[in-house]
Amino acid sequence: MTNEITTLLDQTATRLFGDLVTGSTFSAAEDGVWPEQLWNALEENGLTQPLVSVENGGAGATWRDSYVIVRAAGYFSVPVPLPETIAAGYLLSQSGIQIPESPLSLISPPEYGFSLTKDDQGAWRLDGVLPRVPWGRNVGYVIFSYEDMIVSVPVEGCTINKGSNVAGEPRDNLTFSNQAVEAAPGAFSSTQIGALIRAAQMAGAAERALEEAVSYAKERVQFGRTISKFQAIQQNLAVMASETAAAGCAAEMAFQAADYGEAEFEIAAAKIRNGEAGDIVTATAHQVLGAIGFTREHHLNLTTRRIWSWRAEFGGASSWALKLGQATIDRGGKNLWSDLTARYIDIKEYTSE
Amino acid sequence: MSAFRFDICRLPPEAEALRQKVWAFFEEELSHMTPLQRADSWDGFDRDFSRKMAAKGWIGLTWPERYGGHERTALERYVVLEEALVAGAPVSAHWIAERQSGPLLLNFGSEEQCHKILPGIAKGELVFCIGMSEPDSGSDLASLRSPAKRSDDGWLLNGAKVWTTNAHEADYMIGLFRTSTDPDNRRGGLSQFLIDMKTPGITVNPIVDLPGREHFNEVVFEDVHLSHDCLIGTEGEGWDQVTAELAYERSGPERYLSSIQILLALVDELKANPSERGTIAVGELMARLATLRAMSLSLASMLEKGQNPSLEATVVKDLGTGFEQTLPDIAQSLIDLEPDPDSGSDMQMVLSFLIQAVPSFSLRGGTREILRGIIARGLGLR
Repeated sequence: MTNEITTLLDQTATRLFGDLVTGSTFSAAEDGVWPEQLWNALEENGLTQPLVSVENGGAGATWRDSYVIVRAAGYFSVPVPLPETIAAGYLLSQSGIQIPESPLSLISPPEYGFSLTKDDQGAWRLDGVLPRVPWGRNVGYVIFSYEDMIVSVPVEGCTINKGSNVAGEPRDNLTFSNQAVEAAPGAFSSTQIGALIRAAQMAGAAERALEEAVSYAKERVQFGRTISKFQAIQQNLAVMASETAAAGCAAEMAFQAADYGEAEFEIAAAKIRNGEAGDIVTATAHQVLGAIGFTREHHLNLTTRRIWSWRAEFGGASSWALKLGQATIDRGGKNLWSDLTARYIDIKEYTSE
Repeated sequence: MSAFRFDICRLPPEAEALRQKVWAFFEEELSHMTPLQRADSWDGFDRDFSRKMAAKGWIGLTWPERYGGHERTALERYVVLEEALVAGAPVSAHWIAERQSGPLLLNFGSEEQCHKILPGIAKGELVFCIGMSEPDSGSDLASLRSPAKRSDDGWLLNGAKVWTTNAHEADYMIGLFRTSTDPDNRRGGLSQFLIDMKTPGITVNPIVDLPGREHFNEVVFEDVHLSHDCLIGTEGEGWDQVTAELAYERSGPERYLSSIQILLALVDELKANPSERGTIAVGELMARLATLRAMSLSLASMLEKGQNPSLEATVVKDLGTGFEQTLPDIAQSLIDLEPDPDSGSDMQMVLSFLIQAVPSFSLRGGTREILRGIIARGLGLR
């Protein structure tokens, strides 16, 4: 995490989010107003397509570099589909599909309720419902993987049934009728890449919750001293801090692995570990902040409600644990350690400057 | 943004090349060991085996050549450690000396002490024990009372140390003693000594631990005479020296891999008798294992760069001991078998041993509560 592009992306994201994601941004977003100024600033500063090559209009960064953007989006509870746009742009660029200049959304392959067929001219047509599309009402395209393809669906002309997650982020059902879509071969699964970005967002959100809890404990006075002086509070916050550190490491590990190709193991581990940490982080933060944290007035809920939503999106902890556990058991105890260490062999170069 | 700094890294090619050699050596040398024996982890004691590892050049890997070391990287050393732990290699005869006592002498010892001691450790010939805890001083280490008083020709030691791992086998102890008392500075007045365990006046009394092993001891000092050159570092600065030493003790992969044998046995048991609940549990454990390894590796890489990640090491130790401590409980909850030390089943025997061994994991080298207090201080809470 020490090279120049990472530092630049980190500083840019932190500055923009710090300046442009304010209390009024959230209240407007919850009233359904699209934060145009924020989105334009993200586009102008090259944060929306970091993974796309420079010649194709992106920043030419790696997943490893881009971790800081997605983490910061989670830290600042940024109310736009930036992580989805980054991930969708990556899938499109891997499949050679032109990346549209608009916010993009990402979903897991729908399991039922839709059909994807070729018409007489050999063009792809989509019918049916794409469920719980993040920011469906605001994006230009929805991207998902289906069998061995990446599918890009223009939202224009569909019927939008608005919905949301518990954090109030739009999760809309989009109904299509004979919609012309683009599809091209692609290796990456949109469930995996979705879990990857959610893990990093959760890691960022955990950092924010930790900061909120620590600073509140240092200010709040009861029994004649700040509650930070009580060992019970100290021990709980120490656990929360360690879980937060683990969440960040798991997510960053997965982003690094994504640069090396097949990364299902690390992505599964990151989603599971961030879910586990998220349980502890949200519970501890609310316990420390007491009644004031249990209000919509205090901003802690912007973070904790997102963690509760994100931990279920793109595969909950159990579904990922089932995959990871099965893969491990199939290989047996004898191979467990050598498989794990083999995943970390540096096939390009030793990158820790 | 982050309270702590972890740089996620991958190992350099030379470290991975070394892994293959280390793995092949353990495969051959340890083929006779049962999973139960391997479960003893870094408590397994075998001087011959330590000498063999030394002959391969794998002890004192990072130390200067003039002291018998091999001037390799901390990341290569890390690979040797983690492969030894997963293989269940009996490394106890050199582990403490290599991890803690050697680095302490390199940092604070005299040239003479380094020349006298380090080559012996690197050859796998010198066993060390650490004398810190006393009957009335555990987590509150600064309260220790065993005195070292100046005498005409050196120092006179009295008192007692307790829970001293390998004292009954050790050639030397590095002992922390009180050389002066200052009511205003409890941490002052402590000094470290290099103590030949053959010195007259030292009595070692074994203490049987919970699983029934004789690993740790009470060590009684009765008018033990030491020469001047046995003082390590500076008189009265023992606290700071010990704090630096504990950073080494807390940073290694032994803080999350101590009960890895039960995970390996559990995976095989679930392969033979599958259950969805078991599969999910293994997935969750693998997520924790992979994350802990990434964090632990990050510490090694920071040490290699000359940084001192002592706060991060405390975080990894707290998370890691929690993981290795919970493994037998999870295994037992998933498998409908009694822990049976005489069953002949690897799973049942390893389980019998480890459920009794794990309570020590969050005690040794600083209790969980002490570690969390250090983390809380790192957060600015105290």
